[in-house]
Amino acid sequence: MSAPGALGHFGEFGGRFVPEALMPACLELESAFIDAWGDPEFTAQYRTVLREFAGRPTPVTPLRRLSAQLGIELFAKREDLAHTGSHKINNVIGQTLLTKRMGKQRVIAETGAGQHGVATATACAQMGLECTVFMGEIDTERQALNVFRMELLGATVVPVTSGSRTLKDAVNEAMREWVTCVEDTHYCLGSVMGPHPFPWMVREMQSIIGHEALQQMDDLGASIPDFVVACVGGGSNAAGIFSGFANTSARLVGVEAAGGSAVGKGSPGVLHGMRSLLMQDEFGQIEEAYSISAGLDYPGIGPEHAHLADIGRAEYYAIGDDDVIGALEVLSLSEGIIPALETAHAVAWILKEAGREIPLGSRVLLNLSGRGDKDVAQVREILRGQQ
Amino acid sequence: MTSLEKHLRELRASGRKALVPYFVAGLTPDWITHVEAAVHAGADAVEIGIPFSDPMMDGVVIQEAALRALDAGTNLDSIASDLTALSVSVPLIAMTYFNIFHHYGVERAAGKLATSGITGAIVPDLPLEEGREWFDACARHDVATVLLVAPSTPPERVSAICEACRGFCYATARMAVTGRSTDAGEGAHVVERIRAASDIPVYIGIGITTPAQAHDACTTSDGVIVGSLLVKAILDGASASDVEQMVHQFRQAID
Repeated sequence: MSAPGALGHFGEFGGRFVPEALMPACLELESAFIDAWGDPEFTAQYRTVLREFAGRPTPVTPLRRLSAQLGIELFAKREDLAHTGSHKINNVIGQTLLTKRMGKQRVIAETGAGQHGVATATACAQMGLECTVFMGEIDTERQALNVFRMELLGATVVPVTSGSRTLKDAVNEAMREWVTCVEDTHYCLGSVMGPHPFPWMVREMQSIIGHEALQQMDDLGASIPDFVVACVGGGSNAAGIFSGFANTSARLVGVEAAGGSAVGKGSPGVLHGMRSLLMQDEFGQIEEAYSISAGLDYPGIGPEHAHLADIGRAEYYAIGDDDVIGALEVLSLSEGIIPALETAHAVAWILKEAGREIPLGSRVLLNLSGRGDKDVAQVREILRGQQ
Repeated sequence: MTSLEKHLRELRASGRKALVPYFVAGLTPDWITHVEAAVHAGADAVEIGIPFSDPMMDGVVIQEAALRALDAGTNLDSIASDLTALSVSVPLIAMTYFNIFHHYGVERAAGKLATSGITGAIVPDLPLEEGREWFDACARHDVATVLLVAPSTPPERVSAICEACRGFCYATARMAVTGRSTDAGEGAHVVERIRAASDIPVYIGIGITTPAQAHDACTTSDGVIVGSLLVKAILDGASASDVEQMVHQFRQAID
């Protein structure tokens, strides 16, 4: 996947729709990122921290029992084994290093499920930066343990009580805060969304997933997969793994939550600094997303995904809540891996489509974006309710 | 030159400072009477806030007002319909977020504003670089595109913004969202930078919460925008005559 145009456009999507007060900060960040990403010393430091602190490279695991059950050849890129339990750490290490390079002392972030918040709090603790995380009030309740984790790591967690009190409102509040403190504070956005340069920068900082996986598949003698499958909320883990395979013959598949399906149910619109596909009503009011997983509870999608869907390079499908718990159980029982509820959407799509959209015998690479430890209390409640 | 800018330049030439109150359309069933009361008390133009679900530039007061108006079923069409009942002689300026116009279709939206008697539009999340299509559509319908300059805007951007700006230039007094006033802000500096680039009328907004602040702002600017204070009062149940009194105090302070 290539760099966006000068104004941050991916085809007709992307751009920079922010208040004038934030424009200078976006421009400053863009030039700081271009400068850092082209500096071998910076990228070497980024890779070193990922290796020494975050546990990279994460392995690719052949999922042998599930492969036999489904009649396909299934592999998983194990981002669940990265420090803090998801791919989020990759982006956060990059952005906190950049924060220091820009001479800023403080980081703010939004979080949905809490994975990005925990990762940001972790990197800030490691690097000695002050950290404030905005989290929808509903999410602070359903992910209470992650709130405590962030606090243990020294971060301040601010519950957001406006709007739908979930991820989209946490982004609004982080943007409002950023306006007031842009001089000394970096906004560490957690996904491939928001104003330019965030969608591009976050994708670049997650592209290590795809580049590692491409090499690892080759090392396993498995070469290019027929399908690369990842869950999509904003779309950072998908953008990361797609980066390694966009120039191959692999079909790229993003799996959205049915209640947050921006590609499936959305139309072009402007929110959170970007033009992308959004779930909205007939007058352009943004609709609230509903999903069992807080991390996919977002009515939009990153602009590059909207563009990849538009040009047909990637395909996007939706999975409903009902299929997610079953998929989580299947992966747990057959492979000994409890996935995050977000990741379980991608698993569910593979289970559903093996032998249909995915021809038998296909080679499939799943991006196992996060581990399910954060979700077990919620899953227990749901399973108890089903009995 | 747009009709709005011509009008506001004449106002300035007459030596009168402009007082521009802001209201959230559809906040109460009788919101039109608030507009009329403000004009009666000496408002020179009125900002009509079109509610949006995700008002990124607004503080808690306008967020709450927007949600309340949306819950009451307010939309661009209902506002246009409400405005047919309004008969005031001052210009009306729409203020909302870009998705409202983007989704309606920019050409159609600009036309809708014009036929509703609205002669200006403020879209805070639409910066210079992304605005061309909207600016052109508005120009075709004689709707003035008011742009914002912030304390963080560097001088070269101020010039570029002023070139595309129509009607008046909105100087934001501080780096904050609406409704969070703490001090006198940096309005005077922002006005100075705009004056160096252009002779377009300059009004200060964001955080004008007392008549005394409005008076101070008008020593450098050509006018002030007063928003959250009035909206808060209406959320708390203020009547049209309460609104009239509040606006009257601002009028006295800046005259």
